[in-house]
Amino acid sequence: MTTVRISDDAVALACGADDVATAFVAAGASVERVSSWGMHWLEPLVEIDGIGFGPASAADVEAILAGSSDKRIGPIAEHPFIVRQQRLTFARAGKTRPLSLDDYVATGGWAGLTRARSLAPQVLIEEVTGSGLRGRGGAGFPAGIKWQTVANAAGARKYVVCNADEGDSGTFADRMLMEGDPFQLIEGMAIAAHAVGAGRGYIYVRSEYPHAIAKLNTAIKLATVQIAPFEIEVRVGAGAYVCGEETSLLNSIEGKRGEVRAKPPLPAIEGLFGCPTVVNNVLTFAAIPHILIEGGAALYDSHGVARSKGTMPVQLAGNIRHGGLYETAFGITLNELVHDIGGGTASGRPVKAVQVGGPLGAYIHPGRFDIPFDYEAYTVADALIGHGGIVVFDDSADMGHMARFAMQFCAAESCGKCTPCRIGSVRGVELIDRIRGQGSAAPDAVSRLPQMHNAAKQAPTREAELQLLEDLCETMKFGSLCALGGFTPYPVLSALKHWPEDFA
Amino acid sequence: MNREAQLEAIFGAFRGTEGPLLPILHEVQHTFGCVDPAAEATIAHELNLSRAEVHGVVSFYHDFSATSDPRPCIELCRAEACQARGVEALVPAAEQAAGTRVKLKTVYCLGLCSVGPAARVGERVHARLDSAALIKLVHSV
Ligand SMILES: Cc1cc2nc3c(=O)[nH]c(=O)nc-3n(C[C@H](O)[C@H](O)[C@H](O)COP(=O)(O)O)c2cc1C
Ligand code: SF4
Ligand code: FES
Repeated sequence: MTTVRISDDAVALACGADDVATAFVAAGASVERVSSWGMHWLEPLVEIDGIGFGPASAADVEAILAGSSDKRIGPIAEHPFIVRQQRLTFARAGKTRPLSLDDYVATGGWAGLTRARSLAPQVLIEEVTGSGLRGRGGAGFPAGIKWQTVANAAGARKYVVCNADEGDSGTFADRMLMEGDPFQLIEGMAIAAHAVGAGRGYIYVRSEYPHAIAKLNTAIKLATVQIAPFEIEVRVGAGAYVCGEETSLLNSIEGKRGEVRAKPPLPAIEGLFGCPTVVNNVLTFAAIPHILIEGGAALYDSHGVARSKGTMPVQLAGNIRHGGLYETAFGITLNELVHDIGGGTASGRPVKAVQVGGPLGAYIHPGRFDIPFDYEAYTVADALIGHGGIVVFDDSADMGHMARFAMQFCAAESCGKCTPCRIGSVRGVELIDRIRGQGSAAPDAVSRLPQMHNAAKQAPTREAELQLLEDLCETMKFGSLCALGGFTPYPVLSALKHWPEDFA
Repeated sequence: MNREAQLEAIFGAFRGTEGPLLPILHEVQHTFGCVDPAAEATIAHELNLSRAEVHGVVSFYHDFSATSDPRPCIELCRAEACQARGVEALVPAAEQAAGTRVKLKTVYCLGLCSVGPAARVGERVHARLDSAALIKLVHSV
């Protein structure tokens, strides 16, 4: 009997993979549901003996089985999109059944944990530090140093918390990892627990990811014995973007409003329920098992450039022809990612802008697509790598509208703790509307009263309004407690700088 | 089972859980379609919190609502990547098809950003939506 492999990742499901699978079963084939290769434009992708067919629909089943389908893409593992990658974190993508412990063990699963547990915590932390791994959630903080702080902190009770809130538009690597290789995340957290002396862990997953939640719950049950005495529980978010910020996330697990906490104290010292806590992103933990195998740390450190070591699972999204997951060593340029690998826009029109790093990331003009993918290089360019999401826009995009959207998103998702963010974002929306001629700043009846000495008597000029927007952004940048208010100015100001014509 | 018994069963399932409020609220929202003031009061009593504290949490999160809405709900992503793939152009016709019968809720990102425009109805996800597909989805719920 022919064995057909089809992904059960949410992207595949959303593109109709279940119908294709059902049709294969009806045609007498046996179907294995595996993780996704990450070539999303080809989903649902069907694999038979290593040969791929996609994007497949139920109507293609007969031709695929007969060997006459025009959806044939050849050997998947040799596809240029796959061959050019350096897959470490996503080494199993497309190859294993997500909830099969046998598949996991057969592909080196638990080797990192076994070795880690044979090492003294101090030695283990030094290996993580030596690998150069930096947090993949956005800030890029060295993972080993964070672990060291928690290990050193006094406390009988410590926690390991995985940040799986992945709220950034244009990102899905956390989701793919949780759905496709959940044991790797669990193993990474168990290694962290050994390193810092934690007994309990939480994975905080956004409620928008029901498939990831279900897979994790099953995987945790299956892995109970391997990770014991360490225990993990999944906590489900409730639709607040700001809960991806680590202190807001901790408040949320504690059952409070997802308000951001002032730092210090760092979560590493006083985190969940006041105890020392490691908070890391899904991809950070998922990199740990392969770093901890013999020689893994050195291999990781050998990838990348300068202080950005290892690989980044880049997510190609938005208006791009070949969207999906592209894990590569740091140093790659946007030109390569968007044009050579991504094949330009899906619409076939010219690329106008790319937003890197989610809703708080700058819009980058094609003229600057030569910046290398590197935390420091992006910072210098007033941009953000963040969680590695790349959203492509074609020339029909209205960047003035996108700037307004950035402010609107900040207003909708602000936790409300500080004024520049809570009120500044609302004023920002109004201001951009006025600049774009969709609102009036003419003084109202009260402002016109003679006793209102300080009120403007005339509508402000466009120059004055633009200056006001820059001042507002300045205030938000420097006066906000966290990056939601503090980084919203980046998409706004970058749009204004490169596409001023869209603000007319 | 009456309401009190249902609430009691929910509380019972989370006794011994660290930080049980969010899981309880999810369960209450799921069971009753909302977390209304009466439920807030009962939860506050159970967890030894003030009603204000519970209300503060309920009102903070987009997933919880004070009143229930019996209409079928389609969550449509209107974040940046789906905008780049044209979701905004689909909205007017979808809203018209939805009318007052279907709730069309805006959400920001479903993690399907390479194959948008994307939508979710409960656990079912939909991608590569064009106007016809979205209207068909609206009519199907
Ligand atoms: C508004 C906001 C949203 C964030 N969202 C996420 C998120 O969804 N996932 C994540 O891992 N980190 C997110 N972060 C970063 C976290 O605060 C934190 O830096 C991260 O969890 C640390 O893990 P890492 O060192 O492994 O990156 C967010 C930060 C801010 C300010
Ligand atoms: S910047 Fe915004 S989200 Fe961050 S703490 Fe202040 S109000 Fe809250
Ligand atoms: S932006 Fe729509 S699914 Fe991510």
